[in-house]
Amino acid sequence: MNIRFLLNGAPLAIAVAPTVTLLDWLREARGLTGTKEGCNEGDCGACSVMVTDADGSKALNACILFMGQLDGKAVRTVEGISGPDGALHPVQHAMIEHHGSQCGFCTPGFVVTMATAHLNGRTDHDDQLAGNLCRCTGYAPIVRAARAAASEPVPEWMRKDADMLRDPAIFASEICRGEAEGRGAEPPFLPATADELAAWYLANPQATLIAGATDVGLWVTKGLRDLHPIAFLNQCDDLRGIVADSDTIHIGAITTLTELGAFMADRHRDLAALIRRYGSVQVRNAATLGGNIANGSPIGDSPPALIALGATVHLRKGDARRALPLEDFFLAYGKQDRTPGEFVAAISVPVQPDTLRCYKLSKRFDQDISAVCGAFNIAVEDGTVTGARIAFGGMAGTPKRATAVEAALLGQPWTEATVRAAMAAFATDYQPLSDMRASAEYRLTAARNLLLRCFHDSAGVETNVLGVSA
Amino acid sequence: MSVHKSLPHDAARLHVTGTARYVDDIPTPTGCLHLAFGTSPVAKGRLTALNLDAVRAAPGVVAVMSGADFEVIPDCSPSAHDEPLLSDGTIHYAGQPLFMVVAESHLLARKAAALATPEIAEEPAVLTIDDALAAGTIFEDGPRVYGKGDVEAALRMTARTIDGQLEIGGQEHFYLEGQAALALPQEGGDMVIHSSSQHPTEIQHKVADALGLAMHGVRVEVRRMGGGFGGKESQGNHLAIACALAARATGRACKMRYDRDDDFIITGKRHDLRIGYRVGFDPDGRVTAVDFTHYVRCGWSMDLSLPVADRAMLHADNAYDLPACRITSHRLRTNTQSATAFRGFGGPQGMVGIERVMDHVAHALNMDPLAVRRVNYYAEAQGDGTDASGGSLLAKMKAGARVLDSAAVAGRGAVKVDGGGGRAARFGGPHSRPPVAPRDAMTPYGMKVEDFALHRITTQLAAACDYDARRAAVADWNARQPVLKKGIALTPVKFGISFTLTHLNQAGALVHVYQDGSIQMNHGGTEMGQGLFQKVAQVAAARFGVGLDAIKITATDTAKVPNTSATAASSGTDLNGMAVQAACDEIRARIAKVVAPELQARAENVVFADGMVRAGTAAMTFGEAVQRAYMARISLSATGFYATPKIAWDRIAGQGRPFYYFAYGAACSEVVIDTLTGENRILRTDILHDAGSSLNPALDIGQIEGGFVQGAGWLTTEELVWDATGRLRTHAPSTYKIPACSDRPEVFNVALWDGANREETVYRSKAVGEPPLMLGISVWSALAQACAACGPAYPDLPAPATAEAVLAAVERARG
Repeated sequence: MNIRFLLNGAPLAIAVAPTVTLLDWLREARGLTGTKEGCNEGDCGACSVMVTDADGSKALNACILFMGQLDGKAVRTVEGISGPDGALHPVQHAMIEHHGSQCGFCTPGFVVTMATAHLNGRTDHDDQLAGNLCRCTGYAPIVRAARAAASEPVPEWMRKDADMLRDPAIFASEICRGEAEGRGAEPPFLPATADELAAWYLANPQATLIAGATDVGLWVTKGLRDLHPIAFLNQCDDLRGIVADSDTIHIGAITTLTELGAFMADRHRDLAALIRRYGSVQVRNAATLGGNIANGSPIGDSPPALIALGATVHLRKGDARRALPLEDFFLAYGKQDRTPGEFVAAISVPVQPDTLRCYKLSKRFDQDISAVCGAFNIAVEDGTVTGARIAFGGMAGTPKRATAVEAALLGQPWTEATVRAAMAAFATDYQPLSDMRASAEYRLTAARNLLLRCFHDSAGVETNVLGVSA
Repeated sequence: MSVHKSLPHDAARLHVTGTARYVDDIPTPTGCLHLAFGTSPVAKGRLTALNLDAVRAAPGVVAVMSGADFEVIPDCSPSAHDEPLLSDGTIHYAGQPLFMVVAESHLLARKAAALATPEIAEEPAVLTIDDALAAGTIFEDGPRVYGKGDVEAALRMTARTIDGQLEIGGQEHFYLEGQAALALPQEGGDMVIHSSSQHPTEIQHKVADALGLAMHGVRVEVRRMGGGFGGKESQGNHLAIACALAARATGRACKMRYDRDDDFIITGKRHDLRIGYRVGFDPDGRVTAVDFTHYVRCGWSMDLSLPVADRAMLHADNAYDLPACRITSHRLRTNTQSATAFRGFGGPQGMVGIERVMDHVAHALNMDPLAVRRVNYYAEAQGDGTDASGGSLLAKMKAGARVLDSAAVAGRGAVKVDGGGGRAARFGGPHSRPPVAPRDAMTPYGMKVEDFALHRITTQLAAACDYDARRAAVADWNARQPVLKKGIALTPVKFGISFTLTHLNQAGALVHVYQDGSIQMNHGGTEMGQGLFQKVAQVAAARFGVGLDAIKITATDTAKVPNTSATAASSGTDLNGMAVQAACDEIRARIAKVVAPELQARAENVVFADGMVRAGTAAMTFGEAVQRAYMARISLSATGFYATPKIAWDRIAGQGRPFYYFAYGAACSEVVIDTLTGENRILRTDILHDAGSSLNPALDIGQIEGGFVQGAGWLTTEELVWDATGRLRTHAPSTYKIPACSDRPEVFNVALWDGANREETVYRSKAVGEPPLMLGISVWSALAQACAACGPAYPDLPAPATAEAVLAAVERARG
């Protein structure tokens, strides 16, 4: 396929196979070796690049970013973080001054992530850097560097990408009018609307739909699969974004987790906090809500919370549309209620008071996949439980409601005795498995205890290790 | 002078701009080929058929080789010649390379490798410590036993004994740059190798063997690694050998880098251990005897497991003068990745064993664990007149003596506060006080501890971090909290410095001074991020009295300095700094001799400082002096050599002086746990660490901060999980969790202990690579304290203390 984009401020038109990763293309085709491969699965951040489009500039993992996703965007690698004259960016200065590099291999990724956060005025460094692993420094000097650079002005070249993209003639430049360099494979489908997608997918039900590629990327880099045919959804603007009225929050399927997290901060505080632990900044900037649901993973973090909120999934096949409760979408491990040619178009959530509590258990706090993820939406009126929607990930082959636990709570007084009695019902709802993340025994015990945590939380008892300091 | 200065890493600017080159970044000649291994999916068995037709037919494949293609399969082992590059038909572990693919790209090689259909007659695999004990699969002729005193008698006569058993998990290195090598065929069959290796001479040796060349036919260059941590001491052999063989076969440059999952599945990790212990102690917490049994899971081949297991034994005492002690070490062969070197090289595991014993004794006596630790410390070193800084020795000694007194007082006080005295009466009495063997500052391996500094370090750290008050505050807080519990622990580190294989304690250097006064420096050490090159450059600049900009740091190269030891055992600066110093001093002496007449001085009175060469008031620039030497036809190039003095060690008898000196440090960590889920978090860590007279305080603090976090990761979130068939299930960062940014302590204070090395090391500095890793034990000990706050029973916390392990320990504590 032919794509046009900006690379470190220079317009470029090339022909590439659509599922070549940006990382491989940078290193192997362009000889830009500053961007490193640490894990090839989006978990270490050594390949971080800054991608700018109409929504702004964000850090992304180049190892699971397909070239086909970049058309019309701007890419800035570590080589473009320094000024055109070689002047260092403030974060580069600070990293030297504060001894933020040792072996230096993770450093380009850190520098790009830090420079992007710096551009966006973000100073929540632990959050911004959660997707960049360093094995040498213990992070302390890197955070010192980030703090030191925060007060320095943004260099003018860092704003150039957004400015250039606003120029409608930018890709009409000399180089882009010429022949695209390189050989391309059969082009992917690039729908501009949901209608186009629906018609094409109906005709090509075996196709792979690619939104953020944070999961599909691994089919290529780890599964070594050749994907064909494919459609990139990122130009389907009518599948993106969140619209809320007084009754319903309507979330387009290709809304990113970053966008969803920002929206939920004022509505469902715990969901926003949970999304902050979903992958990393780089992953959340790419990953979409629709993808997190459509892939049917039993350990995706958004389904339990959305099920607890009573969400509805909206499916589309050709012109046919249907909606069903999200919990009914997940039929069994690896099996969803989705027919060939049908896709997830949107999720809707009823507007409601914020009684949602979300708890994620994993070996590491940041950027880890849940061993257990529990969501509790419990309504209490006059001391009695009047509503209970509880759902868990990691406890079964699908994200699943705890109906027996809910039944044990409904109509009962909201007391520790009720909660302790209800804890026994978890064994009815769930028979979890043991794997590398946790044993079945731990999962069941911890899930029970999360109900107790929910109770303590509602009583104002401190239950969060993050809420404590020395 | 350029030493004792906090200068940035020499490559910092290259790092931050993405221009520092690693092996995979080196521009390759046209036609460079790429390799991938096809690996065994099963842990043990016989390869009955290996159909590679689909692999050979895959796009871009140039060559495929399996064990059957070799008359003698090249060996990759650093020790016992027991690691064929490709399986000889016997399968030893899941992940073992069976064949290798040479293809036009990295991705094509990987894709092709996945197409093989090996047929394997599976056999029951020996996977766990229990499996190996049952099957009797061991290395060496039997267990090694080190010790001193009559342990059985001492245990019999001691009032109180406890025993226990502790599982300590392994650790994946997770260097951010995976293993990589590039082979460039030369004329006449010679080979040049670029390798991400801590041990270029080993790569040279193994590649030469594989190619049937003398070592002079192979040149190995290592500019830098993207992290090593011991994982690149021997584990890079396979890639370099494979590339060299493919390069010879094809006549083209050949490169190999492991995909991260392959790196996890193929290469060795830190040894996991089970440590059994029986300990006797008196009512004041003084240990009278300890009997340790180490079960070391070594994996399928010997690799470096024997010295690793030795070092675990050599750190079974850590900071404690144990009147009677026995360490029995079983080295077990299992059908898993061959466990290898990892920062600390067995020392951390041995140390965790005795720190666990201290905690367990304290729990049994209801004492402050720090008080138990302090009463068991070795005696503090007495000054012997050695002081590099000169002048203030007497004052320092007096200060030290004062501190020592207060330490002793504090220790007794702590015992009283905790009611230990009362309990002592219960266990004490005239009959239960056995004649304890004298504390003689002698380690269980017959080396006298002469430089002990932990009384003073502990006192200073405990005061600086307000240990006593915070311990009391933690107890108060815990009494008020139903769900969360805190713990605090202060643990010491005493780490022996030198390779225990004594002959490895040597290093060479090559220094050139050019006519313009610029200097090129080379030595046998490799740069993996630790700042070795900068520290050694600081030494060279100091010897010549020039600025750092006059020194060019160059890649480690077996053609410049031969017969190097691995950059390992924390020895890089100690050895190579001294070798470079010797080379510089040789050239300096030659220059001095040339210019002395002109400066109207004796050569030995000529001083090199501030870019000048001077004697009294007569002076010339360094550049001018170099020109004089050149014109006088004097060589401006020299080699330097260093061999560590004083050491002598018999590893079979377990007697001698394996270490030139000890490095010390202590850390205090406060943690919080959630008793409902086991989730936990480090709230604050304070560290005081001994880097001797630091060559570069900033780089040393970097090693301490990073080592601590790596050690804390090992003991908390980093869990290796193999399934029942022996497949490693945690084989990528998605499943194996090293610390992330927010896992570092919220409050993190690190300071250097102000003291010169009593031994004559380079500028009286101390090695700092490995010791700080063991400061992470404070986190694990604090977690155990927090678990113990949940109930009366001993929580018996294993390592790593994952959330799941913490929750189980909480339940055990509740009884």
